[in-house]
Amino acid sequence: MIITRALTKRYGAVTAVRSVDLDVREGDRYGLLGPNGSGKTTLVRMLLGLVYATSGEIEVLGRRIPSRALEVLPQIGALIEEPAAYPHLSGRTNLALLDAAGPGGRAARRTRRQRVDEALEQVGLAGIGRRPVKAYSLGMRQRLGLAAALIRRPRLLILDEPGNGLDPRGIRDLRELLTGLNEAGVTVFLSSHLLAEVEQLCTRVGVLNDGRLVLQDDLTVLRAPTGRIVLDTPDADQVAVLLDGQVEQRDGQRLLVRYEDVAALNARLVGAGLRVSSIGPQQRTLEEIVLSVTGTGSDQVS
Amino acid sequence: MIKVELVKLLRRPRTWISVVLTCALPFMVAVFITVTHLVPPPGQGSAFLSAVLQDGALYPAAALALVLPVFLPVAVAVVAGDSIAGEATGGTLRYLLVRPVGRTRLLVAKLISVIVYVLVVVLAVTFTAYATGVFLLGPSRAAAVGQTPGGVAGVGGGAVGGGLAPTAGQAAGGAVTSLSGAPLSLLQLTERIAGAIAFITVSMLGVAAIALFLSTITDSALGSALGALAALVASEVLVTLNAATVVQPYLPTRYWLAWIDFFRQPVFWRDIQRGFGIQAVYVVVFLAAAWANFSTKDITA
Repeated sequence: MIITRALTKRYGAVTAVRSVDLDVREGDRYGLLGPNGSGKTTLVRMLLGLVYATSGEIEVLGRRIPSRALEVLPQIGALIEEPAAYPHLSGRTNLALLDAAGPGGRAARRTRRQRVDEALEQVGLAGIGRRPVKAYSLGMRQRLGLAAALIRRPRLLILDEPGNGLDPRGIRDLRELLTGLNEAGVTVFLSSHLLAEVEQLCTRVGVLNDGRLVLQDDLTVLRAPTGRIVLDTPDADQVAVLLDGQVEQRDGQRLLVRYEDVAALNARLVGAGLRVSSIGPQQRTLEEIVLSVTGTGSDQVS
Repeated sequence: MIKVELVKLLRRPRTWISVVLTCALPFMVAVFITVTHLVPPPGQGSAFLSAVLQDGALYPAAALALVLPVFLPVAVAVVAGDSIAGEATGGTLRYLLVRPVGRTRLLVAKLISVIVYVLVVVLAVTFTAYATGVFLLGPSRAAAVGQTPGGVAGVGGGAVGGGLAPTAGQAAGGAVTSLSGAPLSLLQLTERIAGAIAFITVSMLGVAAIALFLSTITDSALGSALGALAALVASEVLVTLNAATVVQPYLPTRYWLAWIDFFRQPVFWRDIQRGFGIQAVYVVVFLAAAWANFSTKDITA
């Protein structure tokens, strides 16, 4: 769905994006992670033909960007940084105007009202009425921005920081909405610096650091068991003696053990008369994975 | 897209506030004249004002002369300067472009909406001024001023030379007095007002083109509006500067007041044609520059 090859963008002396090879497949829920200033927004803008690459290639839905952007953009819904609307008009009017600005002529006009209603319904703004956007809360604006991305019933959603400004309920609604759309066949590409949001939502992640794509893989692969088992036990001393040489780490009652099979280890400990409070395979969190490849945040100037 | 731009223009309170304010100035002037019966002597003050007591139907021309130097260019520069930069600042530009609206198409739609705005303002001024002129000043007062035909005709004689004078403002007074010598029929007056509206609209398009170009360069709507106004002020300064004679024929405001020549009998075409020509050049050059810049620009706002 989205392929870039050696994509690079320089602004004068600053290189915002360095030789990025992005690969987003159909049906993915792809999360692009990276600290603030790592190039996420520049990359997203290049995918949409807003910013022109210094070098490298972009292909979205099988078409070259930016030369054939006008052909594919109608099938893409986008949220780019903050949502934006004309403040003195209502949300509904804003959506209708934005839709009317796009291509499609009479056919688009016939279904406009229905598509606008549908999009407002999807983001939970169905009963919004006629009040102007300037009276909206931050979360409502964000929802309206999402609705604007949905009015053309896109095949691909490109969302830059879609969770901004949403309260916990809004975040959950967003997750459910995007998961539902994805199940209906929409590919979702989103950028975020909120690891938890991506971890709960995405099937595939890429990590940008200082303009480079330092990691890109399926979340299941990244979070595959490490071959170690985490175990909590009140009998930590005895366990350490029993499994001598296999305990890699000990922190009070918590032990990290190099061992193949969780069930077998559990059986062995219980068989030896040792109590086990909890046991399970060690999995790295997304946070650990991202921090291991990005180092310190890039807001810090060192 | 054009329709969308027009809806945006017409549903924006600013549009109507600026139209009302622009119409209010000539109305205010007319009220003062009605109350005091004092007008500038022929050849002085704003064009046509000396003649409106004789013929209220001429007030649209006087009103256009009142709003042309400042009100109209300011309003046009604000609207045109806001066109791209305002969308950039508001964040809506990026959403329009990914909807998608082609960049050239967006620019054309913006230009058309600015043209419509100019027409709305100019026509609003013309019609309100006509109504004001007829109801407040009235055509009946012609006799009262006609009591001094000698003096009027005397200034009228000098008016032909006035067309060549360095500032068209002086020519204006002359044109009106020569007009009083050979009165225009209502049809002729209508034709000539139409001609003047066309000329003023094209002159304002020159302003709009400069502001639109600046609007594609900066994300500040204020900056591009003020930039265009600065260009006009510079032009006005140079127009009156003898040392700058070399560049004067090419300045955007040089022939701004040439529409007054529509009210001569017969119409004095030379400056009108030059005015149209120079504005066409400004429009083409600055629109081309706006297009070249906007279509290759990184949209980072």
